[in-house]
Amino acid sequence: MALTKVTQIAGTAVHVPGTDIDTDRIIPARFMKCVTFDGLGEFAFYDVRKNPDGTDKPHPLNDERFKGANILLSGANFGCGSSREHAPQALYRFGFRAVIAESFAEIFFGNCTTLGIPCAVAAHNDIVALAKEVERNPKLEVTVDLLEGKVFFEDQEFAIIVPHTAREALTTGQWDPIAELLENKDAVDAKIRELAVVA
Amino acid sequence: MGKTLFQKVWESHSVATLSNGQTQLLIDTHLIHEVTSPQAFGMLRDLGLKVAYPQRTFATVDHIVPTDQREEPFSDSLADAMIKELNRNAKEFGVTYFDLRSGKQGIVHVVGPEQGITQPGTTIACGDSHTATHGAFGAIAFGIGTTQVRDILATQTMALSPMKVRRINVDGELRPGVYAKDVILHIIRLLGAGGGKGYAYEYGGSIFDGFTMEERMTVCNMSIEGGARAGYVNPDEKTFEYLKGRPYSPKGEEWDKAVAAWRAVASDADAVYDDVVNIRAEDVPPTVTWGVSPDQAIAVNEQVPTVESGTNAEQRISIQEALEYMKLEGGAPIKGTKIDVAFVGSCTNGRLSDFREVARFLKGKKVAGHVKAIAVPGSQIVDVLARQEGIDQVFTDAGFEWRGAGCSMCLAMNPDKLVGDQLCASSSNRNFKGRQGSPTGRTILMSPLMVAAAAVTGEVADAREVFALSA
Repeated sequence: MALTKVTQIAGTAVHVPGTDIDTDRIIPARFMKCVTFDGLGEFAFYDVRKNPDGTDKPHPLNDERFKGANILLSGANFGCGSSREHAPQALYRFGFRAVIAESFAEIFFGNCTTLGIPCAVAAHNDIVALAKEVERNPKLEVTVDLLEGKVFFEDQEFAIIVPHTAREALTTGQWDPIAELLENKDAVDAKIRELAVVA
Repeated sequence: MGKTLFQKVWESHSVATLSNGQTQLLIDTHLIHEVTSPQAFGMLRDLGLKVAYPQRTFATVDHIVPTDQREEPFSDSLADAMIKELNRNAKEFGVTYFDLRSGKQGIVHVVGPEQGITQPGTTIACGDSHTATHGAFGAIAFGIGTTQVRDILATQTMALSPMKVRRINVDGELRPGVYAKDVILHIIRLLGAGGGKGYAYEYGGSIFDGFTMEERMTVCNMSIEGGARAGYVNPDEKTFEYLKGRPYSPKGEEWDKAVAAWRAVASDADAVYDDVVNIRAEDVPPTVTWGVSPDQAIAVNEQVPTVESGTNAEQRISIQEALEYMKLEGGAPIKGTKIDVAFVGSCTNGRLSDFREVARFLKGKKVAGHVKAIAVPGSQIVDVLARQEGIDQVFTDAGFEWRGAGCSMCLAMNPDKLVGDQLCASSSNRNFKGRQGSPTGRTILMSPLMVAAAAVTGEVADAREVFALSA
């Protein structure tokens, strides 16, 4: 399946600080009562963005200054908890095209990659420094470069880590594996026959 | 050099190496439910594909089913649309479906084992992070996203990178009033909510040898809360005993062949692990969470941490945030914290032995007047078996509501929700903000017996004291 090659994400960033930000926080379970992913964007981080009466709480994602940001900055173990793909789907529909965090929970990471959303790991100090710059200048142009393995802003840069398999899948436009999995049908059939003999 | 069970299963199920370097892994058994499958079936339709091996997919409905009134149509139109979609998809694509009328419906991670679908040495996937539960049988089982549900429906395989294996030994003797739930909460407390990243956890040692299959399931279930995508226990005689005679277990000659294969798949004595953690069973206390992450846990007789106790700025911020959300005071004992709701159930602790153990001590006791207490069996079969033993009666006599099978208040996608900032003593697996259906609701995770102790006293309590267990 020829998909867009995700090599570079350029745009503006917003910092949602915190460690262990879980997928229930990214998309509360009650919004998963749906049979399609459409419309999930407005519910991203809903309970930390909205009061029970629907009015806004103070939250970076409600801040006019960061409106339109497409790069999300966060802390360690981002996306932990439930395996719900609704979480990356909600982030994507909210407008995010890349996440930079100190570390990612694995299922979330895999779900993002399969949707063509790069998850880049960066050092705590680098994320904090970038967040400070973004706070100073919300319109700061930030570029996540997967081929270079770096984030660029103004005259600065820092290193990011994207595991080889994810980087390969994203930069070659093969982040959705379905075509390749289907191609190997004969090998799958053979494997099933082989295992049936054992059990 | 010996191999771990994980390595053996990974190798035997590898179909191909994909262009990005990942493995195309055969998934023997695919479990699906109503929340994470409708979009996957939608994608299949868009691609004009069928389910490749429908006999390997098993469906049930658990997350959104009401636990009181269970007749369709459901009063919640969104929930009703979801169950209708699953009804339609199961029928159209020809997958086995344990629906509400089957007598076999329940939480997907309770149903798989009780039907004998969950077997040693197999790979199991499900669009649910608690799929690690099935690892209790020596299966490699993990949670996946909806796009991967699509991949497995379409090809019976998925793209995955291998995991490292961390062996966690728990040896010695557990003290009275300490359960499998305390063991896993303790492990998560020690290793952290992100500590298992990149690992499958292999649980072993004398405690696991002694555990029943249901206790092993409780531990494996919460591997994901420790950041490990999969967790397992090597299969042994207990595993085979449990599986013998179940509907989907091998029969006759096939049984003997299967047992021989299952025996062989266990980790070799000289297997090499990427990491080993040793825990003394005597050091495991009755454990409760105090915060909004499963690793924010303490012994029931400890004090809630203070902000100052954080070792770095991030930790101090996390503690402060958790204390504010939980409305708890740093340095105060957790014991005595008033609760509003008590919940016994979930894929962690909703099996027959969980209810049986609570019933042993709950007999003759009464739930505190201000507490709403619900008991939700993990499956229709658990429900029937519990009733046969009169367990439901013990619960209802004490003032619990005995409900129908489902996920219920663990994630509150059905009507069983907390209201406002109610605090729930819960036998479930996650204490995240808003997890139990109210954006300000509060959760304290604990073992089922500790939930019962909290229900009876109306506050977080030490079950050993409430039920006079010799400590």
